Amino acid sequence: MMGNSESKTVTGAVMVVGGGIAGTQAALDAAEQGFYVYLVEKAPSIGGMMAQLDKTFPTNDCSMCILSPKLVESGRHLNIELLTMSEVDRIEGDAGNFSVTVRERPRYVDFEKCIACGICSEKCPRKVDDEFNMGLNKRKAAYVMYPQAVPLKYLIDGENCIYFQKGKCKACEKYCPAGAVDLGQKEKTHTINVGAIILAAGSKVFDPSVLDTYGYGGHPNIVTSLEFERILSASGPFEGHLVRPSDRKECKRIAWLQCVGSRDTHEGSHTYCSGVCCTYAIKEAVIAREHAKDSLDAAIFYMDMRTYGKDFERYYNRAKNEMGVRFIRSRVHSVGPERLGSPDLRIDYVDEKGSVLSETFDLVVLSQGLEAPADIAEMAKRLQIDLDASKFVQTSSLAPVETSRPGIFVCGFVAGPKDIPSSVIDASAASGACAALLSPARGTLTNEKTYPPEDPVVNDAPKVGVFVCHCGLNIASVVDVPAVREYARNLPGVAYVADNLFTCSQDTQKLIREAIKEHGLNRVVVAACTPRTHEPLFQETIREAGINRYLFEMANIRDQDSWVHQNEPEKATQKAKDLLRMAVAKVALLEPLERMRAELNQGALIVGGGVSGMTAALNLAEQGFKTYLLESAGELGGNALKLKHTWKGESVPEFLGGLRERVMSHPLIEVQLHAGIKSIQGFVGQFITTAEVAGVPRQFEHGVVIIASGAEAYKPKEYLYGKSDRVVLWHELEELFEKDPRKLEEAKSVVFIQCVGSREPDRPYCSKICCTASVKEAIELKERKPDLQIYVLYRDLRTYGLREELYTKARSLGIMFIRFPVDEKPVVETVRENGKELLSITVRDHVLDRPVRITADYLKLATAIVPKGEKELAGFLNIPLNQDGFFLEAHMKLRPVEFAVDGIFLCGLAHYPKPLDESIAQAKAAAAKAAGVLSRPYIEVEPVVSSVNKDDCTGCGLCEKACPFGAIRRHEIAGKGLRAESIAASCKGCGVCAAACPQKAIDIVHFRDTQIVAAIRAGGESA
Amino acid sequence: MNDSHEPKMLAFLCNWCSYAGADLAGVSRFQYPPTVRVLRTMCSGRVDSLHMIEGLKSGFDSVLVFG
Repeated sequence: MMGNSESKTVTGAVMVVGGGIAGTQAALDAAEQGFYVYLVEKAPSIGGMMAQLDKTFPTNDCSMCILSPKLVESGRHLNIELLTMSEVDRIEGDAGNFSVTVRERPRYVDFEKCIACGICSEKCPRKVDDEFNMGLNKRKAAYVMYPQAVPLKYLIDGENCIYFQKGKCKACEKYCPAGAVDLGQKEKTHTINVGAIILAAGSKVFDPSVLDTYGYGGHPNIVTSLEFERILSASGPFEGHLVRPSDRKECKRIAWLQCVGSRDTHEGSHTYCSGVCCTYAIKEAVIAREHAKDSLDAAIFYMDMRTYGKDFERYYNRAKNEMGVRFIRSRVHSVGPERLGSPDLRIDYVDEKGSVLSETFDLVVLSQGLEAPADIAEMAKRLQIDLDASKFVQTSSLAPVETSRPGIFVCGFVAGPKDIPSSVIDASAASGACAALLSPARGTLTNEKTYPPEDPVVNDAPKVGVFVCHCGLNIASVVDVPAVREYARNLPGVAYVADNLFTCSQDTQKLIREAIKEHGLNRVVVAACTPRTHEPLFQETIREAGINRYLFEMANIRDQDSWVHQNEPEKATQKAKDLLRMAVAKVALLEPLERMRAELNQGALIVGGGVSGMTAALNLAEQGFKTYLLESAGELGGNALKLKHTWKGESVPEFLGGLRERVMSHPLIEVQLHAGIKSIQGFVGQFITTAEVAGVPRQFEHGVVIIASGAEAYKPKEYLYGKSDRVVLWHELEELFEKDPRKLEEAKSVVFIQCVGSREPDRPYCSKICCTASVKEAIELKERKPDLQIYVLYRDLRTYGLREELYTKARSLGIMFIRFPVDEKPVVETVRENGKELLSITVRDHVLDRPVRITADYLKLATAIVPKGEKELAGFLNIPLNQDGFFLEAHMKLRPVEFAVDGIFLCGLAHYPKPLDESIAQAKAAAAKAAGVLSRPYIEVEPVVSSVNKDDCTGCGLCEKACPFGAIRRHEIAGKGLRAESIAASCKGCGVCAAACPQKAIDIVHFRDTQIVAAIRAGGESA
Repeated sequence: MNDSHEPKMLAFLCNWCSYAGADLAGVSRFQYPPTVRVLRTMCSGRVDSLHMIEGLKSGFDSVLVFG
């Protein structure tokens, strides 16, 4: 490893406090970068709030299905130690060397002995409210949080246990077959040395019972959104049936009330926007309609629809226009039973025109806001970190994952409202910050993975184990899973069959390993979701059980079956059987393969020298990696060169100056200005980029690529832009007033128009930053010149999260906000008044419901942020752009800075419009992911490559011409002439060469002709 | 062949594009006829004309190569 020049010794371990999605991701990333991780979680299992969600927006992915592999991975990671039921008591020392005291509450179950059979729970006589299901059903005092819990170890809840209350019972102890119950356990204290700490304490849902308006707590059919997630969930209290709590009647009419506890100045509420509720309410409405097969009336009562994230606006439009969800802009007055004792609920509300209306629903869902954890104040005191006015951990926009105490980093909701992708980005960023701090100690405390030797049974006749997944109800509600399982039993070579509620859960991994041992299995087929996401997890499992990774197949009976044939259960079941039969036929012919090692160039190339690119470069350089930073312009800085302040008021020029100085002077960073990329060849570990730098051709060799190529402001044709000097874009107004302050002195009125070019049919996305930018600028102008009339013409005001402060302040300063509908845009004309040519802007006022005319000195247009047109760059790297032209990451929720192609990472505006703090966090996240690759000694190469039978090859060269990767070459063999040869490290296993070979002399390992033909033949038969 | 016969299709899908697309159709809950059987390859370029013929010989009524 390239060392850091610092001589101070640091500890190569990281503690992550909180095991939700943010903490889990931070732990995984820190471990990948070569640090030993202690993951401290207060609850008995990790997973946090994401584990309670049914689906996630905007892809409608099953939350547990995408979370579970991460939990399983961290649960069995060699360099992650889980400390559940534990809390940090004290932190001593400084950045680089902390000594942390952790208190571990007793579980009353011996961790090593528990086999998770569930008998203790079955025998336990005490029933209590199940917190995981939000109290909608009961659990026992001996329990496990949820079926896929990691670690899957039962516990005795001492507060409710009869033995602890009355001194007798001990049924759990008596019946436990493993002798694991230990009611004498005491609290333990651990002292742990780490170099850095990541706080990921998550959030708490707002309790609406403090507000009278919503009647929560007084009526069983008024539920919170998190309760509704559990109602929707297949593993929830009603097993996924869309029924209401009072009488279990199927719901036909459901209302969602937005901003419950958010954007509300009432006592007990929060004034900030919780940032996630608009989109999650849309998701719940869409999923509920899916459950009810469209017979459901779903209505969302809201103030502003804040779908500001990537693809959220499309999601909103689809819900509105295609899914039939009703959106009612309104203020809700009260919610209560339709008449005394009625299970139905009446909502009284005022619509936009001021009419008082009421509607009746079967169920009312309160879109509850989120807040900092209950014990945050006390925790902050113990950790000696500062909180902001809303009790979130204080961070700066310019250092978004750093707390006030050096060496303690933060990620996720505890630092302010954010959704899952932002939390995941923060988590990776925080891990990268730790890595930069601790790089001299990288790899000093970690363990290497060793596997048991492969069992020689792989060479025996096939003995296939088949595992069929219910995926909760995702598969089982359509496909007859037990019938598929029984069908598999009689397929050739099958020696064992089973079905599982969630085949991906940690307990099932154990079951698979046990079945392999017990039945001497030598091949495994899982019929579940898609191999694109889950194959590596199962491959790891079978390898741990001594079977070669490549003796595995998946049958995709969810994404490509149950989900797409929801109304044809019999045919879907038939298809599942066919797909399974094909998989079994193929797996029987697969061969054991070994992964190969390829050389790794430990350098990075970053495309784009804005704040994102510079931040990523600096982080990688601080971690000890050589970095080339390529910028097409003549100076570093990008869009940030035009910014004066962040929304929190920090000075951008000052920050930018410092950042540029550090980048330019770092010995490991090579800055190339006026650089234009001509080609990028190679693959992870061995890229070669050719660029023209200031007219001179240059070549760079590097192991990874980070794309930080930015975006730009849209230049509109409307609203007299380009025709009148008084109509300006973005920073032009600030520049105008700076150049000539008299212009501001003389001005009487300034108008802002929002969503210019955004959220329109040509560009159906929200540009995210414009509302905050305009409101911030309006406040600055108003403070400089209080008698200036300022109007903001908007469609939905999207000052999300803590930015809501600005909106509140703007209104209190007297700035006027006028909402206009998209089909009735403001009309801008020039007028002459008192000898001056001014602007006249006519807009329909939503409160007065009539057009108003404003005479303005200046009009500022907040135009869309548009991609730069990166088709060529995307083509070089074989990575996708989305419909809007922004780069499309591997997974919008959980892999927000990566691509399907290894070794390429993404950050900043090239991904989607975002403010400076989010760009900085994403840049650090991309650097952390890149460091995860660069800190390994070599690259593991998949062995799915071409293989040439030299005896059959005639040296015709068709393969060489066909190969798009230069991975097959002919060379002279003495006495025989030219013969083809495969270059494994460059080969992607696509198989074009095999299809092109007229001699059938080339085959693709793992996709051999014999294997493909076996699957085809099996598919052709009828089950 | 009688009236109730539903033609069965063999589809070769590329892991990186069309197979991913078929997964996306699932995530989006797009409904389509349950008569297609998918065989994943690492690239549609892997599919040999002999594989297509093998499909027809094995009892499929049609073959789709999608990539």
